[in-house]
Amino acid sequence: MGTLEFYRTILFPALNQGLRVSVAIIIPSAILGLALGVLVGAGRTLGKPWLTRLLDAYVAVFRGTPLLVQLMMWFYGLPTISVFLEARFGPGVRPFSDAFRLSPYAASVTAFALCSGAYQSEYIRGAILSIKRGQFLAAQALGFTRGQTFWRITAPAAARRALPGCGNEIIYLIKYSSLAMIVTMSELTGKAKEIASLYFRHLECYLATACYYLALVTLATWLLSYAEKRLSIPGDPSLS
Amino acid sequence: MALGGAMTGKGQPAPGGNGSPAFRGDGGARHLLEACGISRTAGGKRLLDGVSLSLDRGELKVLIGPSGGGKSTLLQCIHFLTPPDEGDVLLDGESAREMSRKNICLFRREIGMIFQDFNLFDHLSARDNVAVALRRVKGLPKKLAYERAASELERVGLADKWALYPAQLSGGQKQRVSIARALAMDPKVMLLDEPTSALDPELIGEVLKVIHDLHDGGMTMLMVTHQVGFAKHLTREFLFMEDGRITERGSPEELLKDGSGTRTSDFCSKLSEIQGGP
Repeated sequence: MGTLEFYRTILFPALNQGLRVSVAIIIPSAILGLALGVLVGAGRTLGKPWLTRLLDAYVAVFRGTPLLVQLMMWFYGLPTISVFLEARFGPGVRPFSDAFRLSPYAASVTAFALCSGAYQSEYIRGAILSIKRGQFLAAQALGFTRGQTFWRITAPAAARRALPGCGNEIIYLIKYSSLAMIVTMSELTGKAKEIASLYFRHLECYLATACYYLALVTLATWLLSYAEKRLSIPGDPSLS
Repeated sequence: MALGGAMTGKGQPAPGGNGSPAFRGDGGARHLLEACGISRTAGGKRLLDGVSLSLDRGELKVLIGPSGGGKSTLLQCIHFLTPPDEGDVLLDGESAREMSRKNICLFRREIGMIFQDFNLFDHLSARDNVAVALRRVKGLPKKLAYERAASELERVGLADKWALYPAQLSGGQKQRVSIARALAMDPKVMLLDEPTSALDPELIGEVLKVIHDLHDGGMTMLMVTHQVGFAKHLTREFLFMEDGRITERGSPEELLKDGSGTRTSDFCSKLSEIQGGP
């Protein structure tokens, strides 16, 4: 089979299929990770001491262990709990124990969202801490409640400061979505590996895959720069 | 001249101090705002030690004294931004100490606070800085809030700067926006914490003019300032604060006259030397 023919009929259709799966993993993982990051970051900054300690522990665990290990734990490790439950309490607990058997897709999104959330929370926490205490005092002096002060004053200002860091984390997420192939997901890298092994054309397959990732990252970078420009504050380099 | 805060240290209640808790239960309010025996300790240091003062409607009182004497802390305690450890604040006879958290927010709305660092919301334009509390705290519709913001900005001479962000404004303009923001909430009392201390000498005048106009308009104010020359023409009472206590109080003429030997006179003459004016 000629090279062009291989690209046209085999490689690109397979990679396009893998791309769809990758995007289906990346988008919910990024949204969930960001939402988790906001909640955890806000909780660690403004929460009561017990909550702060709990959330610090979450961040320490998910930042301190390799993502690959976390992913394998969710997919291969977690079902052990359901096996144990069924052995201990009988098949009657099956509806409950089945919750510990995650599909490859669910395990991937769970692992990526939880890991991303831990990193995002650091960016959010730093951004909240960078907002001057004076702005908090001014809002309180005007009669804002603590909740209003956070959502109306601190959060919008902090979001602008957190955006570059959070965007960076989303770019990392695009790349580490390739780990999903370890749990049998046929995403971009999984598809490339499949075709490369089948046709022994490793160089072309992985080069083409790298180009797909580069395109995804370029698109994300462009969208993030656009968002940063839209949210920039005239005259204030620290918020632009 | 009168000496002392809630108690002078010699056991005498200070005139106008109303440090007695019994005063709380006398029904109608004798003064618009009263701070009774305010004390605050932080980091093992006694920042405020039983400070009492009162403000009548339309009155301006001026707090002066060396840095670290507790002036800013006192304003924050009166505003309940930093709740005092002891003592109470009464606004129109209503005790802040007995208020729920929700009512404290309402209490704060009634007292405007001007900070030395302006504390404008960096991500909002001048108009939105003024309108945000009108919309979110008072619940005004956007159109009405913007109209009110425009009129307050006009009042402080910034009608044409409504679209600018804090980073695009001079220090004097920022402080005037912060005054407009406080005024928009229709406060009964304004607390001004060194409103000109972060400004270049050339920009001080524009802020002082706004404060002068507010005083002429009958606004009740308690101002911390080092602009003694300006303040002595507006106020009938200086309060000198040091080591967390009001150690001297009286009219500017009384406290500043030659040979009075007061701490206020000594402090003000040193200020004049630095500022190069009377």
